[in-house]
Amino acid sequence: MSLVVDNLRVYYRTLRGDVRALDGATFTVADGEIMGVAGESGCGKTTLGKSLIRLDGRMRVAEGSVTLDGVELPIADDRAMDAYRFRSVSIVPQYAMSALNPIRRIGRMISELLSSRGVSYEETLPELRRRLALVGLSDDVLERYPIELSGGMKQRVVMVLSTLMNPSLLVADELTSALDVSTQKAVAEMLVEFRDRGFVKSTIVITHDLSILYQVADTILVMYAGKLVEKGSAAEITEDPRHPYTKLLIASLPEVGVRFEERRLTGIAGRPPSLLRPPTGCRFRARCPLATEECAVEPPFVELAAGRHAACWKVAA
Amino acid sequence: MLRVDDVTKVYRTGLFGSGSQTAVSGVSFDVRPGEVVSLIGESGSGKTTVGRMILRLTTATAGTISFDGEDVAGYNRRDLRRYYARVQGVFQDPFSSYNPVFKVDRVLGMLRSTYLPRLSDQEWKRTLRSSLEAVSLEPADVLGKYPHQLSGGQLQRLMVARALLLEIELLVADEIISMLDASTRIDVLNLLGDLKGRGLGILFITHDLSLGNYISDRTLILRHGRVVELGPTPKVFGDPRHSYTRALLACVPQLHRKWGDDSAVEANGRPSATADATGGLVAVDDDHFVAPEEDAP
Amino acid sequence: MESRADLVATPEIALTGEGAALEDAYPEPPVRRFEALHFAARNAKLVVGLTVVLAFLVAAIAGPWLTDATPFEFGYPLGEPPSSAHWLGTTSPGQDVYSQFVYGLRSSFIVGALAAAVAGLLGMAIGFLGGYLGGVIDEILSMVTNIVLVIPTLAVLIIVSAYLSVGSLWSEALLIGLTSWPWAARAIRAQTFSLASRDFVSLARLSGQGTIKVIVKEIAPNMSSYLFLTFILLFGGAVLIAATLDFLGLGPSQVMSLGLMLNNAVSNAALQLGMWWWFIPPGVGITAIVGGLYIMNVGLDEVFNPKLRRT
Repeated sequence: MSLVVDNLRVYYRTLRGDVRALDGATFTVADGEIMGVAGESGCGKTTLGKSLIRLDGRMRVAEGSVTLDGVELPIADDRAMDAYRFRSVSIVPQYAMSALNPIRRIGRMISELLSSRGVSYEETLPELRRRLALVGLSDDVLERYPIELSGGMKQRVVMVLSTLMNPSLLVADELTSALDVSTQKAVAEMLVEFRDRGFVKSTIVITHDLSILYQVADTILVMYAGKLVEKGSAAEITEDPRHPYTKLLIASLPEVGVRFEERRLTGIAGRPPSLLRPPTGCRFRARCPLATEECAVEPPFVELAAGRHAACWKVAA
Repeated sequence: MLRVDDVTKVYRTGLFGSGSQTAVSGVSFDVRPGEVVSLIGESGSGKTTVGRMILRLTTATAGTISFDGEDVAGYNRRDLRRYYARVQGVFQDPFSSYNPVFKVDRVLGMLRSTYLPRLSDQEWKRTLRSSLEAVSLEPADVLGKYPHQLSGGQLQRLMVARALLLEIELLVADEIISMLDASTRIDVLNLLGDLKGRGLGILFITHDLSLGNYISDRTLILRHGRVVELGPTPKVFGDPRHSYTRALLACVPQLHRKWGDDSAVEANGRPSATADATGGLVAVDDDHFVAPEEDAP
Repeated sequence: MESRADLVATPEIALTGEGAALEDAYPEPPVRRFEALHFAARNAKLVVGLTVVLAFLVAAIAGPWLTDATPFEFGYPLGEPPSSAHWLGTTSPGQDVYSQFVYGLRSSFIVGALAAAVAGLLGMAIGFLGGYLGGVIDEILSMVTNIVLVIPTLAVLIIVSAYLSVGSLWSEALLIGLTSWPWAARAIRAQTFSLASRDFVSLARLSGQGTIKVIVKEIAPNMSSYLFLTFILLFGGAVLIAATLDFLGLGPSQVMSLGLMLNNAVSNAALQLGMWWWFIPPGVGITAIVGGLYIMNVGLDEVFNPKLRRT
């Protein structure tokens, strides 16, 4: 098992108390697996991604453990995580391509980043060049400033940089959201290629776009209001969703070919609950058409079949 | 109703406008009453600029935009007021559309002072109520609240309700649902579909092909400021004639079809349009137009 | 109105984030005000700066009530150090230093406030209009701003004061105000520029609101903290410039000011004669007020801008 997450609870400290952004995540990601994490705003997916690498000082790990390749990651300790960041665990955060320092040439930025990690730029340069060529970027990208590159090019640079040390785990947060459809495809396919070439072992792709996950992910984990609600292979989740939330979510996505006059899609009424004082029981209860008395008790995230999990009383085991 | 005729927009850049950048070039189309036209393009296609020109938030460099036969470029302050009573817009970011220091009621009240000053308080409340009902919002849920207390979906629907206060004929919706969650998007989209049924014309600007396909009657594909394909939605999506349209459709990630499965969308054997003398759009079918293929991408 | 913001390629495909969940946790404006005060009370710079300035303000207002002497009145013992009769001693020609000081403080605050008001209003008018309207009008206004900015203010003021013989605090404040507005105008223009491309401004235009209304009702309220900071900076700057002018003898001679005190002290060789009670109070006064205002400003910036906070 490459990555094992056990009952991870990560809260944000605020003036008014703890926001329970991630409340009990347990799952595994195997070597060579690309797992997609899907959900809407406030579901906790970004928190999950950031907590695996401890990127946000406001986070407080309340409980749980993360084990990578048999070694437990010190996710509660900023300093200790330093040794793992970029080498074992790497993240491409949201807005990464907009965060490139505009007054640094790409090559200079990379060399500064590498030296801050104790890696020699000169030694890594041949491999860096090879990978840039692999994703269709020429060497002179290193001489350019970020403003001279298109969104897709920047995203590719960021991806090459994040995987330069062949990390065991790559977390990609909303990698494709700000891109044009054609670039989205190229970047998503690049994720798969990196996995195929062994540049990364396991990948976690965080996005709100289920259809991208269907294209590139092996498994999909669906989250809602800080909890895991369903997990399975990409095909299973999209073709045979079991959890009511997943079902409703998929039913609300317009596909090319579906027209309003022919088949009117419906959304999910209501809003996700506040995570400051979350409701007891199933968090989807207020919006779920199948909710009954038993949903006042929180359903556990149980295994229905091999690799297939759901957290709902209504789902037959 | 709305006619956009060979419109071009060039921005001056640099010191005293020595440089220039063309955002929109020679775009023509029209929107008929009770019709939804989707304007589809990626970033840099000029689609937002077209929307802004129609709303007179910026002026065209060349070409005419006319509403019911009147050229909107020549409008003065008073004419603009009249115009805005019939044409309104809703924008992409609900949290940017509302002035964060004020309550949301203000966006509704702003219209009242300009357009409905003679309404009594009772009548105003009634008008508000019916507009909110038309967008499925409970007055108690949204009135008196600050923008951050409401969800993106509610804010966008409130924006539409604001536009409906005026009995408009044309709504320019610029990426209005791209910042909403998937589960609420469809509700706002259905709302637009219902309004279409009531006779409202809608210009639906988006980058998302599946959304455009869902509610629009006619589709316009824009690329680098130029129209690439234009026609009834089923035809543009079902029988795309321009290579760009085909490439776009092939790249859209779909839930039950992998990329590369789409043999139907790729070369369908029909010939692309060849350039004609005027260099404009070529009619390939009834009401279906395509730009000639360019040699260089 | 052409929006140059349209030229910037914005990611038109947007993201849904988890900020919403965090902000759902506590409702803003009532808490925001509370939050601002919370941080304000804890910000050392703000508290210290404000205290100093307020202390001198109180002295300026109430100080004169505590004495019967007036600044220009002669007849007191010559060059006496502080005593119970004259808390800050007397000047060489026999005037009461304490009354000079507190009346001088009054002048400083009055000139500072008036000049800041003039410069502020002018800067706002030019900055708002240029930033909002853009195009040719902006280019003209920017040109004017840059020209006035480049003119060496102090030199001009010196020349003008020498010719026009500034007679009152009002005219001094007016002069200072008319020459210190450019940088405020530029700062406001830049902020307005970025706000003007926001959707709620477009929406206001779609509601039929005219230029002035949009600026006053939509743009200014969103810059209120910025305008406040600008005003404070202008205030501090004006006090300093006024003190300089007065020190050079170019301010109103019939009104006592701190700069004038320093001028008199220097011309009477107070430094060499060791008459510290004459030149230290006005120097300390000017430094403390201006310094206090600037420090307040830095502190306020931290309060208003969450990213600068160290918590």
